[in-house]
Amino acid sequence: MKNIIDKANQEGYHRIDSAQVSLVDIKYARDVLPGFSDYVIGHAGPPVAWSDMCGPMRGAVVGAIKYEGWAENDQEAEALVEAGRIKFVSNHSVGAVGPMTGIITQSMPLFEVLNETYGNYAYCTFNEGLGKVMRFGANSQEVIDRLKWIETSLAPALKEALQLSGPINLKVIIAQALAMGDEMHQRNIAASLLFARAIMKYLAQVSLRDVERARIVDFIISNEQFFLNLAMAAAKATMDPVHGIPNCTLVTAMSRNGTSFGIRVSGLGDTWFEAPPELPQGLYFPGFSAADANLDMGDSAIVECMGIGGFAMGSAPAVVRFLGVSSAHDAVKYTRDMGEITVGRSSYYVMPTLDFQGVPMGIDIRKVVETGIQPVINTGIAHKEAGVGQVGAGIVKAPMDCFVKALLAMDKVLE
Amino acid sequence: MVSSPNELFNQPLAVINIGLKIFAEALQEQAVPCVHVDWRPPAGGDSNLLAILAKLNS
Repeated sequence: MKNIIDKANQEGYHRIDSAQVSLVDIKYARDVLPGFSDYVIGHAGPPVAWSDMCGPMRGAVVGAIKYEGWAENDQEAEALVEAGRIKFVSNHSVGAVGPMTGIITQSMPLFEVLNETYGNYAYCTFNEGLGKVMRFGANSQEVIDRLKWIETSLAPALKEALQLSGPINLKVIIAQALAMGDEMHQRNIAASLLFARAIMKYLAQVSLRDVERARIVDFIISNEQFFLNLAMAAAKATMDPVHGIPNCTLVTAMSRNGTSFGIRVSGLGDTWFEAPPELPQGLYFPGFSAADANLDMGDSAIVECMGIGGFAMGSAPAVVRFLGVSSAHDAVKYTRDMGEITVGRSSYYVMPTLDFQGVPMGIDIRKVVETGIQPVINTGIAHKEAGVGQVGAGIVKAPMDCFVKALLAMDKVLE
Repeated sequence: MVSSPNELFNQPLAVINIGLKIFAEALQEQAVPCVHVDWRPPAGGDSNLLAILAKLNS
């Protein structure tokens, strides 16, 4: 049995390591995500019903309905949902991901990332910046207006710039940014600037009014997390070909909807193995505390599946204080611990601070259950009430019960 | 081989602590040389999970 599983896992590891991912286009959800038409809303994490959604998720749903013009105000939007008119879809089921609430509707522009090695595409929304944003459940007119601007101005400009630049290799940017102190989950400063460097020359050639070009440039360069959504799409495009390998015990997705934490495993079909999410441990912005925090949320943990984020924390000493980790030494320990539950090291994403070791990647559910070491995720912390926004950042661990349930299922499959 | 606890604790100690870190920290606070080994029972000691792991790793 061991040889069969190990062989399948080596194939999975090879598919992660050999993925070549590039940003190739900007597309609208209605054109690329199956079934995304009127009254369809994609969300982060495993499937969840309206009645079970947390505050920020409900707030984002109401905002998305207003954004699409399906309702005029919050009351009408909620009535639409209560009447069963809205179909909710887990982003992962349609090849997409989104941070925090992860809301996607038909009019939203998406980054289109191609895994050139395996020919598959993955999609992620644009990062809205900080403050009142839909990914944290905000839904005021300011939020809707920004999303409309992203849809009608930023996205077409970036699409035209991409047509001029050709594909932008995200694997190269991630590798470079890793060497510059980013872990690509809670720190994307270097990666965002590297992306800006790659696109600006071509953005300058797009036919735009100067004032609009200035607004677009400012939006990109003033958001240190702009690259997060590109890293997520890159990770999704990397991990999807790993799914569906018979007898493979590698985790292909970890995701949270604010109510439930779920994992998917390569050899176990499309089942989500779920457990209650934990509360992130970290630092809170002034005026906020753990009492304000929502449970862990978002599709962004896909980056940890690929070996970056919390798994690469040892290579990102500048982020550790932001996350409430006491020392750079502890950050290295997190990365070393992740080496205990993974099947290999990246030959491309290397960490200069750890003697150029590759990041640990390919989470094996057997190793997680056996060692008791839970995968670690770097995360933003949302306020539990819709619309307040981010209240902190920290570290959260994937619940052990997800891995135990998956192991029990694998045992049945292999009987 | 040390035959009694009293004799053991009447000489300078160098300790390898396995498992619960709190014991290592207590010794370190008292300036006793101590190396901590981060160890826990496989699968938390759950016999059902251990049996499954043994099967999948056989």
